[in-house]
Parts: sequence; C-alpha cells; structure tokens
Amino acid sequence: MSNRPGNRLAAGGRVDRSAPLRFTFDGVEYTGLRGDTLASALLANGVLAVGPSLYRERPRGIVTAGVDDPHALVQLERPCSDPMQLATTVELSDGLAATGLQGRGRLDDAPDETRYDKTYLHTDVLVVGAGPAGLAAALAAGRSGARVVLVDDQPEPGGALLSGRERIDGRPALAWVAEARAELEAQPETRLLTRATAIGHHDQNYVLVAERRPDRPGGGGRLWHFRARQVVLATGAHERPLVFAGNDRPGVMSAAAVRSYLNRYAVLTGRRAVVFTTGDSAYATALELAAAGAEVPALVDTRPEPPAALVKAARAAGIEVLAGAAVVGTEGGARLTGVRISALTAEEQLTGPVREVACDLLAVSGGWSPAVHLWSMARGTVRYDATLAAFVPDRAAQEVRACGSGRGRHDLAGCLTEGFTAGAEAATAAGFPFAAPIAPPCEGDTPPAPPRPVWLVPGEEGDPSTWRDHFVDAQRDATVADVHRAVRAGMRSVEHIKRYTTIGTAHDQGKSCGVAAIGVIARLLGARSPGEVGTTTFRGPYVPVSFALLAGRERGPLFDPVRTTAVHPWHVRRGAVFENVGQWHRPRYYPRPGEDMDAAVLRECRAAREAVAVMDASTLGKIDVIGPDAAVFLDRLYTNGFAKLPVGSARYGVMCRADGMVFDDGVTVRLAPDHYYLTTTTGNAAAVLDWMEEWLQTEWPELRVRCTSVTEQWSTAAVVGPRSREVVAALAPGLDVSNDAFPFMTVRDAVLANGVPARICRISFSGELAYEINVSSWYGLAVWEAVLAYGAHAGITPYGTETMHVLRAEKGYPIVGQDTDGTVTPQDLGMTWVVARHKDFVGKRSFARADTSRADRRHLVGLLPVDGGELLPEGAQLVAPGADLTAVPVDSLGHVTSSYRSAALDRTFALALVRGGRDRIGETVLAPLPDGRTVAATVTEPVLFDPKGGRRDG
Amino acid sequence: MLLIACPWCGERDETEYHYGGQAHVAHPADPHALSDAEWGAYLFVRDNPKGEFAERWMHAAGCRRWFNVVRHTVTHDISAVYPAGQPRPVPPSDEHSEVTA
Repeated sequence: MSNRPGNRLAAGGRVDRSAPLRFTFDGVEYTGLRGDTLASALLANGVLAVGPSLYRERPRGIVTAGVDDPHALVQLERPCSDPMQLATTVELSDGLAATGLQGRGRLDDAPDETRYDKTYLHTDVLVVGAGPAGLAAALAAGRSGARVVLVDDQPEPGGALLSGRERIDGRPALAWVAEARAELEAQPETRLLTRATAIGHHDQNYVLVAERRPDRPGGGGRLWHFRARQVVLATGAHERPLVFAGNDRPGVMSAAAVRSYLNRYAVLTGRRAVVFTTGDSAYATALELAAAGAEVPALVDTRPEPPAALVKAARAAGIEVLAGAAVVGTEGGARLTGVRISALTAEEQLTGPVREVACDLLAVSGGWSPAVHLWSMARGTVRYDATLAAFVPDRAAQEVRACGSGRGRHDLAGCLTEGFTAGAEAATAAGFPFAAPIAPPCEGDTPPAPPRPVWLVPGEEGDPSTWRDHFVDAQRDATVADVHRAVRAGMRSVEHIKRYTTIGTAHDQGKSCGVAAIGVIARLLGARSPGEVGTTTFRGPYVPVSFALLAGRERGPLFDPVRTTAVHPWHVRRGAVFENVGQWHRPRYYPRPGEDMDAAVLRECRAAREAVAVMDASTLGKIDVIGPDAAVFLDRLYTNGFAKLPVGSARYGVMCRADGMVFDDGVTVRLAPDHYYLTTTTGNAAAVLDWMEEWLQTEWPELRVRCTSVTEQWSTAAVVGPRSREVVAALAPGLDVSNDAFPFMTVRDAVLANGVPARICRISFSGELAYEINVSSWYGLAVWEAVLAYGAHAGITPYGTETMHVLRAEKGYPIVGQDTDGTVTPQDLGMTWVVARHKDFVGKRSFARADTSRADRRHLVGLLPVDGGELLPEGAQLVAPGADLTAVPVDSLGHVTSSYRSAALDRTFALALVRGGRDRIGETVLAPLPDGRTVAATVTEPVLFDPKGGRRDG
Repeated sequence: MLLIACPWCGERDETEYHYGGQAHVAHPADPHALSDAEWGAYLFVRDNPKGEFAERWMHAAGCRRWFNVVRHTVTHDISAVYPAGQPRPVPPSDEHSEVTA
C-alpha cells in the first residue's frame, strides 16, 4: 500500500488494510485501519507522545495497549465529546478527532444526546474475560446446558492470544478462538458480549458490565446488571512497570504492549529496541521484534541466570543478553535515544561500569500482576505469592472462581486447563453437573521460570530522598522521593502513603503502578516483601464510566415520575406557574398579564378573604382506613381521639413518632363506624401509609384494619371565602348548605348539578368559610370547571399553593416539614389541645422525658418585622438584641420557618421557631441577614388574623 | 446490591425493599411504666454487631409485607428469612464454608 504509515507492517495483525480510516489528533490528519485503537494508529504514524504530565509537564508517551495505560489520556471531540479517554482503549473510527490531555479533561457544555440503556439479566454462570481461560470456562459451562454469559472488553474474543503467536492443537491459537466463538454462539443459552467491561462485582454476585455500542445509532452504551449464581473471573494480568531513573520517557513501553502492537496491530513501535525484564515473558517480545526487522542490541534481565533455552534463542537472533543487570537511566528529550545499563549485585546494588546503548524503544517487563480488582471488590482476599512476585486471589467470599493469568497462571496450557475446570465446577455448582474437558496441547507459551523482581532500581547518584526522576505513579508525577518523604514522616500503612503521595488515585486507579508502588514502599520500609505491606482497597468502577451511562434514560423528564392532577390541563391553559411538591406539579399562582408573584398572590389572597376562591387540593394524601378496629387503630396513632368522632364528622389530628416529634397532620373524616377517610400532607402520603402498615403488621397484627391509598382516586376542589356557600349551594342544588344543616367539620354526600356524585367536607385551611368538594378523579376536571362556572358571578378566583401558604400562615397553621423539622413536638407548636390526656398513643411517653419538658424549647411564634415592608427570608437565623455576632458559634434563638406578604394584614409577617418563644411575646428579636443588614422583628402569637375564628361559618 | 428472598415473593433486588433496622425490638407494652433511661434505650439504642444481625425489611415495591432477615454485617450473607412476629431461628451448627480460589 503506497500510503502506508511508516511503522505499519505490510502484512499480519488483526487490522483490515482494505478499510483505511482518516482521523485527526492534535489537529493533524492521519490514516489508520479498521481494527486499530487510536493508540495503535498513532504509533503506526510514528506518534508516540500524547500530552505532558499533570504537574511537571514532562513529555509522556503511550506505554501499554489497554486499560492500564498511565499516560495516553485524550479528549475525544468526534464522533462525540468525551473527556479523559485512553487512546489505548478508543477504537478508531472514520472521522475521529481527539486531542492529547495534560492529566485532566473538560466536559462539553452541550448536552450529551447519546442514548444510554440499562439491561438486567439473571444467569447461571457469568464469565468475565474471553481470553484462553475465559473461553475455556464458557465452553465448559455452556456445554453443561447452564445459562452462560461471557463478557470481554475487547471487540473480539481471544484476550492475550490476539497479541501472541501461540499455537493450540497444532494450529494458530486464533483458529481455536474462532472455533470456540462459533461453538458458544451456537449454544442456545450462551450469550457473548464484546466491548463489555465488568466494572463492579458486588454482593451476591451482582456484577455491573458497561457495554460500548459504537455501531448503534447514537453510539450509546448499555449498562448490564447481572445477577449470577456463579461467577468465573478470567480477568488476565497487567504487566508492571519498573522503577528506575527516567522511566517515564516516551519510548519506554510495556514489553507485552510492544508485542501486542506488533502482532495484533502490525505496528513496529521502535527500530532499535532494548528489552528490560525480570522474567521470561519479554523474551518473546525481543525475538518477535528481531524477526520483524527491528534491531535488538540488548536484552537486560535482572536474573543472574536466565533460563538457558531463552538465552540461546535470543543469541541465535543476534540479541545480546545482559543477565543480572538493570537499566539505570534513559537518554533523550521528548523521545528516547538511549539507555544506561549496569550490573546488579545480589543485594540489588549497582556494580561495575555503566554501559550506554542507543535505542528508540525500551520494552519493560516488571512482572505480572493478576487483575484481582473484581475478585477484591467481591470481598475475596488476596495473598502475596513470593515465587510469582504477585498478589493472587486467595479466599473467595462469594460463589466466585478465578482462573488463568488472573490467578497467577501464566502458561497457555495451564490457563486452558484452569478455565475448563472453573467453568465445569461453576456449572456443576449452579445445578448443571459437568466434567471438565481435557485441554488441547499448546505450543509457544510454556510455564515460566521464576522472575527476579527488582522493586527499586537504584539511581547512579544520591539516595531515595533525591530520586525525583524515578517515577512510581507517573500520572501523579509521584516519585521515589515522594514515597521516601511519606515514610520519613512516619507513615507505615499503604493506605496512608497512598493518600499522602496520591499514588494510585489518578484515572487508572493504580492498575499500572499499584503493585510497583507497594514494592517501592516495601523497600523503603525495609519490609521483606510487598506481602508485608499489602494492597490498598480495590474499588469500582474498574474503568472510568460516564455518569450518563449510569443514569441511562433516567434523565430530564424521566429522572423522576411527575404527578399531575385531573385538573392539570386547566392549570396549564390558565397560565399557572407551577412548583414541585414531592413528585407533584402544583400551581403556585396564576399570574394575570403584567403581574409578578407578589401581585398575583396578594390578589388571590384578597379574593379568598373577601369573596370566593378555589384551589386544586387533589394532591393531599388520602388513605381509606377500614375495619372493625379502625377507631382503635387511629386512637393509637393520633395524639388526639378518633373513636368518639361521630359518623359524618371530621377532625384535625396530629401523628407523632415514638420520640414524640410531629410526623404528620391532617383532617380525618368518619364515613361509617368502621370507615375513616384520612388526609395527609401532600409530600408525606407514602410515608404515612408505610407508618400505618408498619404498626399494623409488626405491633398490632390482631387489629382488623386495612389501609388503602386513595390519593389518586379523588379529585378535590377547595372552595374558600365568605361567598363560598352561595357557590356550593348552586353547584349542589339538593344540599342544604345552611350552617345548622351543614356545620363546620362535617361531611355530606351530594349530587352536583351536573349529576356527579360528590363528598363535600366543611374543612378550612384558611380560617374562612370553606368547602372541599371531592369527586372521582374521572370527573375532576369537569367538576372544577363547574365550580368556576357557578362561581363566576361571585368573581371566583383560582389560587395556588403560595396563596394557600399565606392564608394558613396568617392563621398560624403550621405545615409539617416546613414549620417543623423532626425536632418539634405538638406542644412546641402550641397545640397542647391536640394531645389527649386520657388515652395512650405512639409517642406519648416521650412527652414526659426531660428534654421534651424543657422550658427553653423552640416554640412556634409569629414575627412582625418592625418595618412592615421588610420580608424576612425563610431560614433566617434569629438572635437576641445585643448578641455577639462575632462569637463562634453565634448564639441562635431559632430561625424563620415561613415568611410572606399579607394582604389581610397589609404588611409582612413570618412564623418562626424561637427558643422559649411563647415567653418572649412582645419582645424584639434580630435577624442578621447575609447582606449585612440586621432586621428587627416583634415576637407575637402565631395566629395573626381573626384570632377568635369568627369567619369560619361565613 | 443485596439479593433478598421475600417470604412471599421470592428473591428480589435490595432496591425493592425498605430497611427497618433491628428486629425483635417490641414497642413496650406500657411505656409509662418505664424509666426515662429505659424508654430512651427503646427509642434510640440499637445493637451494631460485627456478625449476624436480625433486622427488619419491608417489600415496599412488592407485597408490602414486613419480615425479618438474619444478615451477616461483614459478609452480607443472609442465613434466615422469616415472617414478622416469629422468633429468630436457631442457627444451624455447621460453619459456613469458604470457597478457595
């Protein structure tokens, strides 16, 4: 191909040379291939550097070929804006555009239009990872007939086999992979999910999997919630970096990644490569680089006696093996130009002369760390295996099995055997007995000889306190000198050192550097092994996921259900301004042209006090309490008595928690000896029903009572004001509305003029003559419109929640949840009259506690600002005159709970909870405001309007 | 996300339930016979064991029934589920065995 980028090989790899893709990085156009990641395409084009480091602005390049890359952060711009993606995990697509990042990205201001979904699935066996072990596990489990799900984060199964040249059963390993995939896809109960990363493993095998779906319209992903009887973790292993001077220079890469770029992506990442290893696996990198035409002048092995067969193979390929040695420094600027190599003593000290070798690539293998993240999230323990020099899964806390290199097994035949065994055992445990198949013979990946871990390659000069170019966590620019300072400061726990140095807290959460850092800490602490130091806690998500994925479709209008009443369309037509009350959308006020809220509310209040007004009260919680013991039940829950309430009458009641604090209030009507109709605060309806059911089920199961929510079955219009009687008389022509026939706090059934049956209550939340007209919600809108029509001659005015609040506050009626906060007793509210003396009820005992008897409790009082035009902000703190406002904390007397402008009083007023408030009536308190002013107000009785209640009967 | 077996509906995700705190804390038959300290203990003091704990759950998004669960507060293993009002079952003698990797 004529336009082949410089580092792309002419043949081989899992890339499609017939599908060139154009992309842009840092504003420069390049070409890649289908099958590339952004990183492999950049490397093919000779681009190694991504963005500079977060704090020290050192040049940084691509290191790995997967989720554990410490440097390759990019900001995706096309196909969609996505911050802080790793170039090593972004699949290349045509037109993709990205820029390198310096440690942190930026969220796009534009809304994310991508659609994300959630899916829930139960399965018998969930296998995480479709490398050789995971494929084998899924094959065995699937053959048992169990329902199996296999998830893998790559676009195709194969795992490490995609990056190698191993052979299985005498054929290329990928032929075996293709056969395995075909068999799995033919199994009726098996599902293979690619591009799907398991991000969390929680209690009782609840596993979250983030699936990318770039081929779908909108490009959105899907979050799978799996519940699995058995889980097999075949999560593979991460190759560790080594800690030496200048180890962050672009051109220093993971040896396994170099091999992956070579074999999977057909990209030669360097022309002249030095390999630096502590074990066997990097020999394949060196040999394959040489076979692909790169020069490999040196292979540096920390082991004094590497396996003879490997040494022989390397020498045969013209590679000099430097045993018992280490790379101690790097040369170059933004790209590596050479390394410095020294021999190591048995005590890991440098010895002999330093040798310089020119190279543009250093392929490093510091050993392998099994990816125990999910295992640990599932509360499995890990132990340090000194032979493997790795933390490996130890005891499972759930029905979980680890296998393959995720459990420290690094030869292919062993991985297949462990996978078959784990899959068969998992299926058997899930109820599908199955014997493990025999693994086929493998070539090219034999059990490795023990590595010689070197956790800290000494610098040529200085001591750990000065090794500021020995990077431990390059993402955080944290070095050996930083760890040294933490240890010198007395820290011993890895968790403390992590937090002090920030090691392991950047985007990859320590995937690359975690165990290497533990090794450095162990060295500086003088511990015998990293096992004595232990790991930090592994927490999900395993890879970064966007909040948009977690939210799925539960955004905007679908974030929370919106409840509207039957009358809602009328409110919308009338131009109501709405407010949210719990999930309800309620009209707050109905502005006329040119009116602001204050003007509209004053007008609505005047109408209610002087003529007639109507409010949609349908959102009040309503509960039918039915049964022979209903009266006994309510007597036990309410502070006041309901057993003697006559049928057809209504009573206001207060409920307390066992601690004596007000929980809810409302009016209850007795419709029959065994039938009460109870109303609750709008936002508290579900909690009150829960409360009643809890007592019935857990304390008083002998009571024969049933509670049913009927909130949405009834539509309620509150007709309020001195002229409400004439409106109701016209609306319900058969009903005698005279005060004698239909007195306050009674209920009547009636048939309205339009033929609709109604339940009408004389209840007032304003102090005015008022009627609540309840009809089936099916008729709610029609009856509302009828009320408006029959009230038109009297100028009936619709009003919203704001006016309702003002009217009730003028009367000193508290709103539970606004004027109370869970620390307020009925006595605090001045409602001693609602607390029965001669019966017991929930919470009564608490009124005899010392705390509830204190004289200096906060009482609900009224407040009149000295300046009648001054509106106190709700929540404003109150202090005594002369209080020291510089004291910490300021001595607070209480706070404003409700505050309004009153048409009836022609001034502002407020309700407040004030320490010993009823003993301060007539005194002045001060409200220091955030704007620096201090507003004076006089403490009053809470009832400011019509204190004698003369208006309620019209 | 716990998987809890409602005695009436079977295994459901934790999000379908409401938590109700320690089980077997009965409302005192005569609260007024208690000292302030005893009443205060009923109101405010609950066990917080590291280990098995009998606690109440309510299947809020299902049958709405209260029931009791014995859950290990470290491992979250649920060893018993039983209806409200029944005594806590006597645990079986054999130890919970661990799976080894």
